[in-house]
Amino acid sequence: MESTNNVKSAEQIKVKRKASDYVFTIVFSIICLFWIYPLFMVLYNSFKKKAAIIPYPFDLPNEETFVGGDNFVQAVSNSATGLGFFNALLTSLIVTVLSVALILVCTSMCAYYVTRVKTWYTAIFYYLCLFSMIVPFQMIMYPLSIITDRLKLNNPVNISIVYLGFGAGTALFMFTNFLKALPADIEEAAMIDGCGPVKTFFYVVMPIMKPTIISVGILETMWIWNDFLLPSLVLAKEYKTVPIIIQYFNAGRGQSEWGAIMASMVITITPIVILYFCMQKHIIKGVLSGAVKG
Amino acid sequence: MGKTLRKNPLYLLLFMIPTVAAFVVGFVYPFGMGIYLSFCKFKSPKHIDFIGFKNYLKLFEGGTNSERFLQSFWFTALFAIVSTIAINVLAFTVAVLLTKNFGGTNLFRTIFFMPNLLGGVLLGTIWKILINGILSVFKDSLTNRGIYGFIGLLIVLLWQQIGYMMIIYVAGLQGVSDDLKEAARIDGANSKQVLFKVTIPLVMPSISMCTFLTLTNGFKLFDQNIAMTAGLPNHETEMLALNIYNTFYGTRGQMGFAQAKAVIFFLIVGLIAILQLKITQSKEAD
Repeated sequence: MESTNNVKSAEQIKVKRKASDYVFTIVFSIICLFWIYPLFMVLYNSFKKKAAIIPYPFDLPNEETFVGGDNFVQAVSNSATGLGFFNALLTSLIVTVLSVALILVCTSMCAYYVTRVKTWYTAIFYYLCLFSMIVPFQMIMYPLSIITDRLKLNNPVNISIVYLGFGAGTALFMFTNFLKALPADIEEAAMIDGCGPVKTFFYVVMPIMKPTIISVGILETMWIWNDFLLPSLVLAKEYKTVPIIIQYFNAGRGQSEWGAIMASMVITITPIVILYFCMQKHIIKGVLSGAVKG
Repeated sequence: MGKTLRKNPLYLLLFMIPTVAAFVVGFVYPFGMGIYLSFCKFKSPKHIDFIGFKNYLKLFEGGTNSERFLQSFWFTALFAIVSTIAINVLAFTVAVLLTKNFGGTNLFRTIFFMPNLLGGVLLGTIWKILINGILSVFKDSLTNRGIYGFIGLLIVLLWQQIGYMMIIYVAGLQGVSDDLKEAARIDGANSKQVLFKVTIPLVMPSISMCTFLTLTNGFKLFDQNIAMTAGLPNHETEMLALNIYNTFYGTRGQMGFAQAKAVIFFLIVGLIAILQLKITQSKEAD
C-alpha cells in the first residue's frame, strides 16, 4: 500500500513539473517574439515606400505601400538620391578583414614574446596594454585623429594599424592568458628538432592557440564592424563605413531616405545573423573569455 | 625558448616591434598628447599655447558650457546606475530561469543574445523609429522631452545587454554544483534560501564582473546616444561622451576645454575600474 502511494506521488510530481515546464516554454516563446520584433520591423519596413515608414513602423506593407526591391536598389546605387551603400559595405569589409588579420598575427606573436621573455620592457609593455583597456576613446580621439592624418593612416587599408594599436590591449591580454598556462616543453622539443623560434611559433604554438585565436577574432570583428566614432574621425571624408553611412542618413542629412536606410540595415544585419547561427558556440565562448578581462 | 628569443634582437624586431609601434601611434602618443593638450589653448595642431590649469578651472566658473558638462555628468551617472541595476536584475533572473530544465532554453538564450550583434548606431536608429512610432500616436516625439530620451536609451541598453550579461550569468550558474543546492535543501532550506544563501554567494564573481561591465558601458555610452536623441531636446539627454564630442567639434575655440573634460571623463572611468578591482580582490581574499 505504502509503496504504491510512493509511486503515485512520484508520478504526480513528474506530471506537475512537466506542466510548469510548458508554461515556461510558452512564456519565454512570447517574450522572445517581442525580443526579435525590432529586427522583423526593419525587415518588413524595407519593402514599404518611405512615406509609409515614419511614423507608421508598425504597419505591415500592403498593396498601397509595397514597393518591392526599390529601396534596396536605391540603397546600393551611387546616384543623387542613392546612399552609395555598396561602397560603404566594401569599405567596412576591407577595414574589418585587414584589421582583424593584422591584430591576430601581430598581437599573438607579441604575446608570445611577452610571456616567454620576462624582462622590464616586456613587463612595462604588458601593463601599458592593460592600462589602455580602461581608457575611454574620447580621451585620445582628438590627438589620434591628428596623428593619423599626418601619418596618412586615413584610408581603409592603413586604418588597420590604428586598430592594431588601439585594440592591442584586449587581444594581448587574452593571448598572454592562454600562453601563460601553456607549458614550454612542447616548444623546447620543437627547438631540439631544429626549429627556430619563428618556425616553432607558426607551426607548433599557433595551432595550439587556435581556440583563443577564434575567440579574439570574433570579439575584434564584432567591435570593428560596428565601430562608428573611430573610423568617422580617422578616415578621410571620401570613405564611409556602414555605421557612418547609417548615422549620416539617420541624422537627417540627405533628406532622410528611410526606405533606403531600412534596406541598408537589412543588408547589414542579415549576414551577421546568418553567421551568428552558424558560429554561435564560438561567439558565446569568445564573449565569455573576453568578459574575464579587467 | 625565452633565452633563444632574447639572444637575437632580430626576434624582438619581428615579434614585438610591429605591435609596439602601432600601440605607440594608436595609444601612447595620443594619450600623452591628450594630457598635454588639456593644459593648452589651441584651434588647430599648429598653434598650441600652454595655459596651465585654466581649462580645468573653467569647469567651475559657471557659464553654459560648464553647466552643460555638469548636467551631462548627472544625467550619465543616473543613467549608468539605473541601467546597471535594471540590466543585472533582469539578466540574472533570465539566466536563473534559462538554466532550468524546460524545452527551448538553448533557442531562447540564442535569441536573447542576438541584439549584441548590432552596433550602437543601428540599435539607436531602430529604437528611435519604434519609439517615435508609438509617441506619434499622441502627437509627441522622442526628442520633445528629456525623460523620453532617458527611457528610450534605457530600453535600447536593456535590449542590447540583457542577453550579453545573461550569457555570463549562465556560465556562472552552471558552475554551481547541484550537490550543494541539494545538500541545502536536505538541511531544510526553501528555494528562496537556496537562491540567496547558496547560489548568489557562489556566483558573486559573475555578479561583480557584470556590474562593472554595465556600469562602465553606461558611463561610456556614445553611439546609441548620438543615433537616438543626439542630446535633444536642448542638450538634456547629452551624455558625457557626447558632450565632450560636441565641445570638440560643435563649438568653436573650445578644444582645450574639451580635452580637459576628456581627461576628467577618463579619471571617472578609471576610478570605477580601480574600485571594481579592489572589491574583487577583497572578495577573493575572503
